[in-house]
This record gives sequence, structure tokens and C-alpha cells, in this order.
Amino acid sequence: MPKWTMVQAINQALALELEQDRRVRIFGEDVGRNGGVFRVTDGLQERFGEDRVFDTPLAEAGIIGVAVGMALYGLRPVAEIQFAGFAHLAFHQVAAQAARLRYRSGGEHHVPLVIRAPFGGGVRTPELHSDSVEAFYAHAEGIKVVIPSGPYEAKGLLHAAIQDPDPVFFLEHMKLYRSLREEVPEERYTIPLMEARVVQPGNDLTAIAYGALLHTTLAAARQVEKEDGVSIEVIDLRTVHPLDEETVVASVNRTGRALVVHEDSRAASIAAEVIAVINERALYALLKPVRRVTCPDTPFPLPAVEDVIVPHQERIVRALRETLEP
Amino acid sequence: MSASISPQILPSEAETRLEVQPLPLDRLQQMYRTMFLIRRVEESLLQAAEEGKIGGAMHTAIGMEANAVGAAHATRPDDYVTCTYRGHHHALARGMDPGQAIAEVMGRATGFAKGKGGSMHFVDPEHGLMGANGVVAAQVPHAAGMALAAQLRGEDRVALTFFGDGALYQGVMHETFNMAAKWKLPIVFYLENNRYSEMTPIWRTSSVEALYRFPRAYGIESMQIDGNDVEVVYTAVAQAVERARAGEGPTFIEALTYRLAGHMAGDLETYRTEEEKALQRQHEPLMVLRNKLLERGARPEELEAIQAQVEEEVQAAVAFAEESPWPDIAQAYTDVFYL
Repeated sequence: MPKWTMVQAINQALALELEQDRRVRIFGEDVGRNGGVFRVTDGLQERFGEDRVFDTPLAEAGIIGVAVGMALYGLRPVAEIQFAGFAHLAFHQVAAQAARLRYRSGGEHHVPLVIRAPFGGGVRTPELHSDSVEAFYAHAEGIKVVIPSGPYEAKGLLHAAIQDPDPVFFLEHMKLYRSLREEVPEERYTIPLMEARVVQPGNDLTAIAYGALLHTTLAAARQVEKEDGVSIEVIDLRTVHPLDEETVVASVNRTGRALVVHEDSRAASIAAEVIAVINERALYALLKPVRRVTCPDTPFPLPAVEDVIVPHQERIVRALRETLEP
Repeated sequence: MSASISPQILPSEAETRLEVQPLPLDRLQQMYRTMFLIRRVEESLLQAAEEGKIGGAMHTAIGMEANAVGAAHATRPDDYVTCTYRGHHHALARGMDPGQAIAEVMGRATGFAKGKGGSMHFVDPEHGLMGANGVVAAQVPHAAGMALAAQLRGEDRVALTFFGDGALYQGVMHETFNMAAKWKLPIVFYLENNRYSEMTPIWRTSSVEALYRFPRAYGIESMQIDGNDVEVVYTAVAQAVERARAGEGPTFIEALTYRLAGHMAGDLETYRTEEEKALQRQHEPLMVLRNKLLERGARPEELEAIQAQVEEEVQAAVAFAEESPWPDIAQAYTDVFYL
């Protein structure tokens, strides 16, 4: 099996979708001729033609608005927003149009639209290029928010997202694009949406993460396991909204301790929601308060101090140990 | 800025540039029937709102019916339409059942969206109505997306999007103009200029007086027409649709029309005078068409018979809606995702 980066895996998933489903259309800023800022759509226009893969003006609201119309017509639009922070310009079309049309029309309409966008720290891009936006869209009922944690996951989740009958915001962490390679099957496979994955089983604490920080959390968990002789269950949420409550609750009910890690800021975040679910459904199993390790409630940190402020292994190790205290 | 102006009733001749083709009498009578139906449905809805039978905001298009009916006759049933929250007239013109329409506005389970869409979100895909929209200009890029989809699939459907003067000041309107022009999309932009952006006259907020000039900056053909003459509307839309189907790209139509009722049910209308309304009533679309029909040999009894028939139909539709059940509480939880 080939070992691919996440960029290659996503590119390959898009190519397979274009090949197997005539309805799929890919477009966005610089995605056609140029192949995208991160080369995710590299070669696709050349191979499938301008009717299938094309460039748009720099007009985020227009891009998503047009994509909604294409979806209503019966196509499967896959729109790229160049950086997730730019999607603020399209917020209305995503949150109030794409996400709501099924409900508003009493089920007459549905919007099978995928919006792909890179985000995340670690590559020294300022503010709006690094911002985590998942919590905004988690609150826009009617759209799923998916964040893959690596190449294998990205391909399977993207296939599922494109074939989903409802809109999906597919957020790709930039740091994952090329930092790791995984074995990825060349054929099409899907990973179901709204299902979290137990990455490693454990008995003493449940660590919940997604995206790039899944790997940091995993490394921290393994360090604590090795040094302290404990066992930590690590869960990758994969779909951050709607949450797979069952997997989280079952795990916490068993371990009695939990820690949530993400790069997004703290207040009204995915971690806040996960903790609320734990409180509602597993409170009496808890041996310690549930902690969260996140960015502070500030704009994304300035490049020079990014590495210290974005949750890193040492911080996660500390939080794990505090939560593991008797 | 100039002081209050009574809005001009007719377009400037220089901008019309239309050779209006007289339509056959029976076609005009059909149009009269639909326009009268829309008028009576909306008057009944206003009445029901006054009686407290309708919750929330409701916006009628009384005085603007010719725009919807002329355009519906000039398009095919499989063409696609999006419009604003002032959209009852477009749905009825395209053939939505009046009972379903009224039931929806009254929030009943028998409405076209099971009571979940309401007055502002009329939708009827079977008749090509792909959605009225509660937010100004939000529906415009959707139509462009449908036009793009048709073009990419090599199908000869056309998208027609209605919006008001207020939409021209929204960013996404201009984003859509640019894409539509650049990609030569089969789309018709139809501005129902009823002279008021909600409750403020255009001249108070617009940097431009002649609204049809906006899209020309994008290289989009545009014209100003009399939106209260159904024959004029029909001709203008038929030409625009023909251009779109022939691959000649978008057209922008500014139709001068006038909203005779308030912005929404219960509007105090502090922003205009009775004199202004009286002046505009002299050129309201039902009267324009009625005079035209009589001039061309229709008999008054024929028109009265049409009206009596419509009255009956509307009464039955209102009764159907009022007798319809309320939606089940479970409806609050369905249609969020496919399940």
C-alpha cells in the first residue's frame, strides 16, 4: 500500500469522486489551473476538464451561494474556501442557507454540499489563516463539521462527506497536510460520519481530541502511560458536530476521568460541549473534574509564541497527571 | 439630497427599448385570473393577520402581481426561480395550490413545508420555485448556482431570480453579477423596484438613482420596464430567457412597480402619503390589464365571471387552511439532517 501525505490522500479522494460520480464539481479560489494554494487539487482540472474543476473569483459568499444552487439542482458541489478564516465572509450562506434549507422547506430541499477549508496553527500564518472555526459551525444546526486527523482518515471521511445528502464543513489542519505519511488504500472506502474512533483503549482516563492535536495528545498519553504506569483511552472525535455522544459517554463511564484537548479557543467551544455531555450523562462516574486544554480566549497567538501557547505535549502531560491524581 | 419625490410611474422611454407583442386574448384572460387570484389570496391573508390568525411577519406583494404572472408565463415549468420573502405572488403564479400556500402562512401541517417555512420561505420545486428567502439577496447566488449547473450539464434550463431594490446594496449581489457575466450564465436578474427598501424610500439610501445601471458595470445587458403591465413583463422576460437559452448570458430587468400595501402586515406606513398611493393606484396592474382586456374586446361579464370563480376558490382555500391541523410537535426535530 502506498504511503501518502494528507494532501495526496485528499487529492486522490477527490479524483476518485470525480471519476465515479458525474455530479461532483470542484471549485474555489486558485483550485483549477493552479491546483490550490496547498496543491490539494493539483492536476484535477487537467485530468477532468474545466467543467468539473474550475476557478472562481475571490468571493466567498458568492462561492458558497452558487454552490447551494448547484446542490439544489442535483450536483454534488465540493467548494474550497482558501483558508477557513475567510469563510466568515460566507457565514450567512453556510449557516443560514446551506444548513437550514432542508428544515425550512419541510424536507423539500436538501443540500449535498461539501465545503473544504484548511486551518490551524504551526505553520506561522497569521490570525485568520490559522483560526479554528469549528465551533461557529457546530452551532449552525443542519451542517456536519468534520476534522480528519491524518491521511487515512481524511480520505475515508471525505468520500463519506461528498456522498452525504446534507452539507458538511470539512476542515483540514494545515500542519497535517505534509507532516505525516500513512498507508492509504488506492480504492474508494468510506469512514462513517458522526462516529468517533477509539484510537487506543485504556482504563484510567479518557483523552478526547481531534485534528492535529490528536497526535500531540496521543504522544502525551503514551508518555504518561510509560512514566506513571497508567492506561489512557484516546478518542478521535472525527466529526466534531453532531457529537458521537455514545462513544464518549461509554468510555468516561468506564474510566471515570476525562480530558478534552483542542486548538480552538476555550469558551463556547467543542470542549465545552463535550464536557456538558459528560456532565449530563456520566457525572456520577467522574472521579475528578473534567479539564480542557485549549488556546486562550484571544485571537490566534502571534507567530513568535505560537508554540508555547497552542496546546503542546508538556501542557497536555501536566493536565493528564492532574486529572489522574487520586 | 432632493426632498421627497413621488416615484415616477413609468420608465423613461429611452430605457424601455421593447417591442411589446400583444398576447392572445385568452392568454391575457388567464393572466388576469391568476393576478386576481394572487390579489385576493393576499388580501385574505392581510385580513387573517388582522384577525390574529397569522403569527410573525408577513409581506404581501399587492400591486406587484404583474411581475410574477408575466414572468411565469414567459418561462418553462422546468426553469428555476428564486425570490424574496415577498414571494407569495411568485409561488401562486407558478402554480402553487392556494390552499397549501395559505395553510403554510397560517403555520398548518398541510402547508407546502408542513408549517416550517411560513410566509417568507415559499418553496415548490415541482413548479420550479426553488425558494423564497428571508434575507435580502441571499437567494440571488442560489439562482446563479442553478444556472451554472444547467450550463455545466448542457441542459437548456434558465434561472430567474427576483429581488427588490434593497438587494442591490448587498455584497453578494455584486459577487453574483460578476460570476454571471464572466461565466455567461443562463440567468435573468429581475428587480421588482417597488420604490421602498422595506420602509425607506430608495432615494434616501442609494448612491445611484437609475438602478438598471448597476449591472452595466459588469457588462450585463439591462433595461427598465413597466412592471405593472403584464404584457410588457412577459415580453421583457421572454426576450431575456431566449438570450439565456441561446447562451448569450445574463440579462437584468428593472421593473418599476409599486407596493400598494405595507411592507408587512401591520405596517403603519408613516413613510409615504395617501396622495402618493392614490397616484400609483391609477396604474396598478389589475386595472391596467382590465382596461387592456376591455379595449381588446373582452366583455365585462367575462371578467366578472372570472372574479366570481376566483372568489369561490379563495374562500375554499382559506377554509381549507383554517380547518387544517396544526403540525405535530415532532416536526421541531425532523428535517435537520437526513435520517
